[in-house]
Amino acid sequence: MKILVCISHVPDTTSKINFTENDTKFDTNGVQFVINPLDEFSLTRAMWFKEKQGASVTVVTVGNIAVEPTLRKALAIGADDAIRVDTEATDGFFVAKQLAGVIDNGGYDLVLAGKESIDYNGGMVPGMVSELCGFNFVNACIGLEVNANEFVAQREIDGGKETLEGHLPAVIAGQKGIVEEKDLRIPNMRGIMMARKKPLQVLAPIEVSASTRTEKFEKPAAKGECKMVDAGDLDQLIDLLHNEAKVL
Amino acid sequence: MSVLVFAEQSEGKFKKTALEVVSFGKELASQKGTELVVLTINAEDVSALSNYGADKVLKVKDPRLDTFSAKAFADCVSQAAIKSDADVVVVDSSSDALYLAPLLAIKLKAGFAANVMAQPESLEPFIIKRKAFSSKGFNFSEISTPVKLIGLSKNSFGLKENPSSPVEEDFQPDLKEEDFAVKATSTDKSTGTVTIADADIVVSGGRGLKGPENWGMVEELADILGAATACSKPVSDLGWRPHSEHVGQTGKPVASNLYIAIGISGAIQHLAGVNSSKVKVVINTDPEAPFFKAADYGIVGDAFEVVPQLIEKVKEFKATA
Repeated sequence: MKILVCISHVPDTTSKINFTENDTKFDTNGVQFVINPLDEFSLTRAMWFKEKQGASVTVVTVGNIAVEPTLRKALAIGADDAIRVDTEATDGFFVAKQLAGVIDNGGYDLVLAGKESIDYNGGMVPGMVSELCGFNFVNACIGLEVNANEFVAQREIDGGKETLEGHLPAVIAGQKGIVEEKDLRIPNMRGIMMARKKPLQVLAPIEVSASTRTEKFEKPAAKGECKMVDAGDLDQLIDLLHNEAKVL
Repeated sequence: MSVLVFAEQSEGKFKKTALEVVSFGKELASQKGTELVVLTINAEDVSALSNYGADKVLKVKDPRLDTFSAKAFADCVSQAAIKSDADVVVVDSSSDALYLAPLLAIKLKAGFAANVMAQPESLEPFIIKRKAFSSKGFNFSEISTPVKLIGLSKNSFGLKENPSSPVEEDFQPDLKEEDFAVKATSTDKSTGTVTIADADIVVSGGRGLKGPENWGMVEELADILGAATACSKPVSDLGWRPHSEHVGQTGKPVASNLYIAIGISGAIQHLAGVNSSKVKVVINTDPEAPFFKAADYGIVGDAFEVVPQLIEKVKEFKATA
């Protein structure tokens, strides 16, 4: 089985989000970048397929040279090789087209990704890739088994889960549950050393226009003061929620 | 030209989020001076749509669509959009809508903005405000394609009544076998409990509750409030509560009217997930807990004393209301 894992390079979850250049650019100053946590769950599942079922695992990302440390980290976790499409990721559609280009020539059976990136939260790239490549697709996947040409997946639905069956090739967009938090791997020194020597191929981008563009960013309005209520006076809380906030 | 909205239903009824997208679609259609077309799939009773301004209702009836299939549903919406000459298509943010929307975007060659907060800032160019960075920021996204696809964030626009007398029309999209290539074989859905996605009120517990055996009071409070239960990331990582309850940046976003956080300190990742809730109440023993800075109402106190009392107070309130 040939697996491709799509990785997004995103600000660490603890990052303070600021904007610069008149609120038109995300301020990367002082921001630590990581593998998108949802992609990491899917990457970890891919490692399981590699170890238990002899799959090969390639990781891919769309971005300029600055994203390479994130790809190297994926290699240190255990991916076999990496691909970087050398262009700035402008929007979800643009990225999906670049990934579809990699997949069309790659002979992959299974494409794994996270269900969304924690920066732009578009949640669109995996589904778009599946449609562009004519692959089957499962979103919000919380469990995945593959046997020969068939997969069985669980996806999260509102208020429960659903089991789905289909055949490869498929795009699966994972989240926590496809593996557990405790299954995530921290690269060890040997992995980090080996990652330096693993192949990282740089591809020229496909020419395509983005379908959306960020005009500007905005930060949430500052929060007003928190009204403190005495623990012994819960009638006041009920009163505030009913009469002031009008949510009871 | 028209605005097309897909109104999802669940167990024979339109969900609140479906009526919200209809309300949103109506206002947008009025702004554009076009009509609002609402697509329904296997809905028996579409009368609710006339309360929120539908001008036309397209009714798809097909037993193959009794079970959700993202590809088949995306095909229905796409063909309805072409038939109605829609240049804006709106869906909600349910798990099914999030699944089908990217497929639909490709089918319609539509630029797609998800997590949309409000009506467009301008129609020409088409610029719309959406949540990004897990609600730690917003971006104003310009969609440059002729057809625009919008995923409306839950509870961001609300319901707006707008009585109308819609024309109803049966619509038979052309579905192919490959639309059903991924088959749902079973569903495991809790019935009778409120889900985080649909809840107006969410009661959430953190590590301050010390162990899964102490969740009885959280569930009781949720129960009398008609609320959903949720938890912080450490609680789900420890296995005290299921992942489906994990609220935060890598878990679920919450956009309820009221969010009650019990024993949750308020890590930045958790706050990101609950930012979109309108009113936040925090109960914590530590007056320095960062969550108080993001809350509307705070109580410094021991959850094991405060919550049982709060349950009694809410019961009294419900009895008199």
